[in-house]
Amino acid sequence: MSIEIDKLKCIGCGKCRDVCPGTLIALDSDRRAYIKYPRDCWGCTSCIKECPVYAIRFFLGADMGGMGSRMHTEMNGDILDWLIEKPDGETVKISVDTRESNKY
Amino acid sequence: MKTERIKTDILIIGGGTAGCYAAVTAAENSDKQILICEKAHVRRSGCLAAGVNALNAYITEGRTPRDYADYCMNDAAGIAREDLLLTMSERLNAVTERLEKEGLVILKDEHGKYVTRGNRNIKINGENIKPLLAGMAERQPNVSILNRVNIIDIDVADDRVNGAFGIGIENGTFYVIEASAVLIATGGAAGLYKPNDPGFSRHKMWYCPFNTGAGYAMGIRHGAEMTTFEMRFIALRCKDTIAPTGTLAQGVGAKQINSLGEVYEQKYGLTTSERVYGTVAENAAGRGPCFLQTKGITKEQEQSLLKAYLNMAPSQTLHWTESGELPSEYNVEIEGTEPYIVGGHTASGFWVDTDRATTIKGLYAAGDVSGGAPQKYVTGALAEGEIAALAMLNYLGNAVRGSISEESISAHEKEISVSLGNSGSPYTAEQLEEAMQTVMDSYAGGIKTNYRFSEKSLGIADRRIVQLQALSDRLHADDMQELMHIYELRERLTVCRTVIAHLKARHETRWHCFAENTDYPERDDERWNVFVNSRFVNGETEIILRRVSGS
Repeated sequence: MSIEIDKLKCIGCGKCRDVCPGTLIALDSDRRAYIKYPRDCWGCTSCIKECPVYAIRFFLGADMGGMGSRMHTEMNGDILDWLIEKPDGETVKISVDTRESNKY
Repeated sequence: MKTERIKTDILIIGGGTAGCYAAVTAAENSDKQILICEKAHVRRSGCLAAGVNALNAYITEGRTPRDYADYCMNDAAGIAREDLLLTMSERLNAVTERLEKEGLVILKDEHGKYVTRGNRNIKINGENIKPLLAGMAERQPNVSILNRVNIIDIDVADDRVNGAFGIGIENGTFYVIEASAVLIATGGAAGLYKPNDPGFSRHKMWYCPFNTGAGYAMGIRHGAEMTTFEMRFIALRCKDTIAPTGTLAQGVGAKQINSLGEVYEQKYGLTTSERVYGTVAENAAGRGPCFLQTKGITKEQEQSLLKAYLNMAPSQTLHWTESGELPSEYNVEIEGTEPYIVGGHTASGFWVDTDRATTIKGLYAAGDVSGGAPQKYVTGALAEGEIAALAMLNYLGNAVRGSISEESISAHEKEISVSLGNSGSPYTAEQLEEAMQTVMDSYAGGIKTNYRFSEKSLGIADRRIVQLQALSDRLHADDMQELMHIYELRERLTVCRTVIAHLKARHETRWHCFAENTDYPERDDERWNVFVNSRFVNGETEIILRRVSGS
């Protein structure tokens, strides 16, 4: 479980660095975010939800059965969209209405 | 190194669930100055970072706080504090309503009543619960928050707390904080034992991996009385993703089955520890792997599950989606996690009174760090934060602000500069952490031994942990973040020693897996219906046995 940050998309706002509950993200000399401690990620996705330019993806480690898909979120009004990009190019979108409770 | 001195009325160490709510309570009921020190950032720090998809401690209609306390007492096989459970349970519903007022989405029926899941749970959308709590604290005019300040020690003189010392992991500042009352709300301890997947995904664990037992360690170091560290918590989780199983068991009624398709849960019992034990036993008997029987649920149920997990454990939804092994078609494999010390689920922690006052004057504990009251979950941690905050305000009426001696300040400054200046250690904090986890896994009842240990194996564990403590003194840090990692390692090692001493002290097996002693495999109510408490004095853990009320 960890994340990857697209340096070309990153605008250097530092929001992901600020929010990480493990202080695992740092900014490089060009003020681009990078994950400094990739093995220490808990997979909470806090950074992904903060990123204003959707530059962060999270993925499951191969040791826990990961198959190379990348996930991120986009907030559209009250809807939190979760987008899973599979290695074959297919994207699965699951939309969660933040005004609605879980059924389970 | 720059030094900054701060004076405050109340210092709260840890801005998680209990800490934030305590700050809000103290602020709304007084004009006192309150300071939260948080080693990450309050917005998403602690156990609720990813969210939570149900509130597990709520008094549903027709039930009473006494019922909830009875349930907890039973699950702990009698080793819990009724007084603490009752004072907590009485507040569960009020804190829930407060959260709803602040914006938490709770499922209601057509009559406007909360929809319950079982007897104690209500359904929510808790993805944003931590930003919501943090926002409540941030809006209080008399609450200050120092993010990225890691408290390394409390100052105690004549059994009274005077404040704490911290390091600014981004600004490199050494903080000396004097306070009249201090609340420890640092959470429990993860990372003591080797995790399920110790490689790249080592932090894909049940509990917040950044909760290192700091509060326990500070209390132990200063001789506070601690309780029930032998009641470790082991969670039954979805394999690899370590995502919750309760959502499947209670949400869609999935039963635990072995590889032959037999439902085995009734055979071993339904307490938290028995559910784990049954799974371990079935595996050991060659009937593993074990599963939650989800095959056959409807596509509609499946869609709801995929969404529910996104609000708490998104890795499970990602796993289902990318593997194509959806729960309506495939049963979900389950496994036990490594053991944790966590007072919000089992009863480990500071020995406190009903005010959540510890045995050190002016020092309070709330949430996972506080002992004797298991099954707190989120609302119980909020309730304890509230209780402790009100008690501290009461205590402040007569207290004089603590003053930290110059000797204590320079001793802590020296400790920091030694670690920053050290050279010549062939090891890193990470290597010693892995060594510690291997020792605990092999000799103190980890996954490797099916959670079993003996007096002999614990003896080896203790010797090795003491050796690692000596090695940790010689570690070198390049910056404050590395220094924090060294302190986190030392905290874990301190907690490990107390865990080992407690496991050794209880000569019975009361809870399978949580404390499975091969020298004493039976439960012994005649002699062991008691609390095992301890105090660390002169380098040794002194065991104190205390009666369970009513026994």
